[in-house]
Amino acid sequence: MMGLSLSRILAVLAKEFTQLVRDRLTYAMIIGIPVLQLLLFGYAINTDPKHLPTAVLVQDQGDFSRSVIASLRNSQYFDIVASVGTPAELNRLIERGSVQFAITIPGDFTRKVVRGENPQLLVEADASDPAATGPAVSALNMLPQYALRHDLKGPLAPSGTARKPFEVVVQDRYNPENVTAYNIVPGLVATILTMTLVMMTALAMTREVERGTMETLLATPLRPIEVMVGKLTPFVLVGVVQATLIIGMARILFGVPMAGGWPALILGLFLFIVGSLALGFLVSTVARNQLQAMQMSFFYFLPSILLSGFLFPFRGMPQWAQWLGSLLPVTYMLRVVRGAMLKGVGIAGSFQSLAALTLFMLIVASLAVRAYRTTLD
Amino acid sequence: MTLAIDVSGLNKSFGGRRVVKDVALKIEQGHITGFLGPNGSGKTTTLRMLCGLLTPDSGKGTVLGLDFPSEAEAIKRQTGYMTQRFSLYEDLTIEENLAFIARVYSLDRVSSRVDQALDKLGLHDRRKQLAGQLSGGWKQRLALAAATLHEPRLLLLDEPTAGVDPQARRDFWDEIHALSDTGITVLVSTHYMDEAERCHDIAYIFNGDLIARGTAAELINQSRLVTYEAEGPRADRLARDLGGKPGIEMVSPFGPALHVSGTDRGALEKAIEPFRRQPWQWVEVEPSLEDVFIHLMHAQGSNRLGEAA
Repeated sequence: MMGLSLSRILAVLAKEFTQLVRDRLTYAMIIGIPVLQLLLFGYAINTDPKHLPTAVLVQDQGDFSRSVIASLRNSQYFDIVASVGTPAELNRLIERGSVQFAITIPGDFTRKVVRGENPQLLVEADASDPAATGPAVSALNMLPQYALRHDLKGPLAPSGTARKPFEVVVQDRYNPENVTAYNIVPGLVATILTMTLVMMTALAMTREVERGTMETLLATPLRPIEVMVGKLTPFVLVGVVQATLIIGMARILFGVPMAGGWPALILGLFLFIVGSLALGFLVSTVARNQLQAMQMSFFYFLPSILLSGFLFPFRGMPQWAQWLGSLLPVTYMLRVVRGAMLKGVGIAGSFQSLAALTLFMLIVASLAVRAYRTTLD
Repeated sequence: MTLAIDVSGLNKSFGGRRVVKDVALKIEQGHITGFLGPNGSGKTTTLRMLCGLLTPDSGKGTVLGLDFPSEAEAIKRQTGYMTQRFSLYEDLTIEENLAFIARVYSLDRVSSRVDQALDKLGLHDRRKQLAGQLSGGWKQRLALAAATLHEPRLLLLDEPTAGVDPQARRDFWDEIHALSDTGITVLVSTHYMDEAERCHDIAYIFNGDLIARGTAAELINQSRLVTYEAEGPRADRLARDLGGKPGIEMVSPFGPALHVSGTDRGALEKAIEPFRRQPWQWVEVEPSLEDVFIHLMHAQGSNRLGEAA
């Protein structure tokens, strides 16, 4: 009587298989998650980011500055996307995050090289993400030896082999000590909110359906927008509490600086919280039960973490991955929160990201209201 | 005679399957109408269309004097709907559930209405208890209280007493009659014959077709069914011998006795003749509602087959 029965085990096994095959979403997860992870980690993620956008301010009239720029390009780490005329313009580009590096070639650069006066090349790096700038900065150290080797021949050849014709001064801005936590911890605000809020609302609505209470709600005169506002508002509060908690802990435990971008941060958080909640609401109108809602949310989390620039440098990803990442609200929230905390970027400076978040919120909220069925059809 | 519900041409399909077919329904104000029919015949779908939970594919008429279905929102406000499955919040207390319902209907004097409802239910002492902890019978009474909180003029009840013990069912029906006495119109679906008999009239739906309408007595008369009851030791065992004989349309156990019915009296009597002997006693009886319904089902079913062939 105590013995194991193979036929009973087979009965359970056959039942599990049948149920597994019928559950299409679980099926999609079994296949989809590994494939997605493999593709993203394999192709999109690159811890040696190249082609970083760089702005140059050339104050020198000589030929050597051109050679320096050419060899910057040849290193593949730097894409010269802008050539500006004033230090103020240069500053604005790096502050807004349009460029990762701002390089100033001082006046008299060529002349000083010729005279052997060892001029300085100033490189300002946006070090708010140390992982993004690290390899490029290493490449910079090699620059003086190679950049001018074709120009400095004959009489101009450097006297000593060890002597460099010019010096590269790298100035890390925003995170001068290259503390990884300064980059990751503010990023957590965006990712934690994504994970909790989307799932919370997605579950809250499907729970009504699953427990049958949706029928009661629908039989009452409640309107979709009333249900949505009533459902989401408590979770906005939850989001605010979470954000406050994370930012508070980031300051106290990790000493993350707050450079002063409060207005952009608060506006960004509000847009992002409401948008994420509306997305959860949208998920719940599609999902038939809580399990499906969880699974769907998971499919959203994965790219949100991997493609947004949270863990890996956004600019290190290939173009298609950057393009996909640009569709995710987390990407913009990360820029807002890092900009605000590390650089003190205000609303004007984060305008693009804030506009993207607004657009996201409006689209998702209107889709959710439209998808919400007032009947059981 | 004022009609609370007067709709016709009601149709609804799900995924290409017609669940409700050209149903026309007239229900007199203040009446309790029993909505009967086998599982999956379209009762729930019809009720849901009437209260605006489902959009009919076609159909028009009036409900409570309002245009159906264009004024569905206004109909909703004056209709109380009780779902088949308990659909209040199990993780809210009895009082919280009632207060929530009162608020979403924008009722005035919320707390006094809730108090009144609790008094009527006799749940005043237990008002802080979670609704999920109530027994099946109490849950149904709470659901009825919630469905009537906004003083609807029409009550749609979807198998309100399924799985409820006999005493609780009786209490529940006493309440329905009390509500009906105040002028509320009630359409209630059920599988129980004793409940069908307590209705003022009956609508019988089968496979999406409304096939019979009238009081219990009318339905029995209309069926033109002749029923004999056989009593005696092991009378129910006769079923096997009688079933399928010409003239016998239906053999159904009735307690320990057996009901044998047919529409052709002569043929029926001829068929049972060989069995009119000891130890069985045969007596002609009035067919029960159940006999009539099973007969309706079979008749309709074979019509269907005939149409198909």
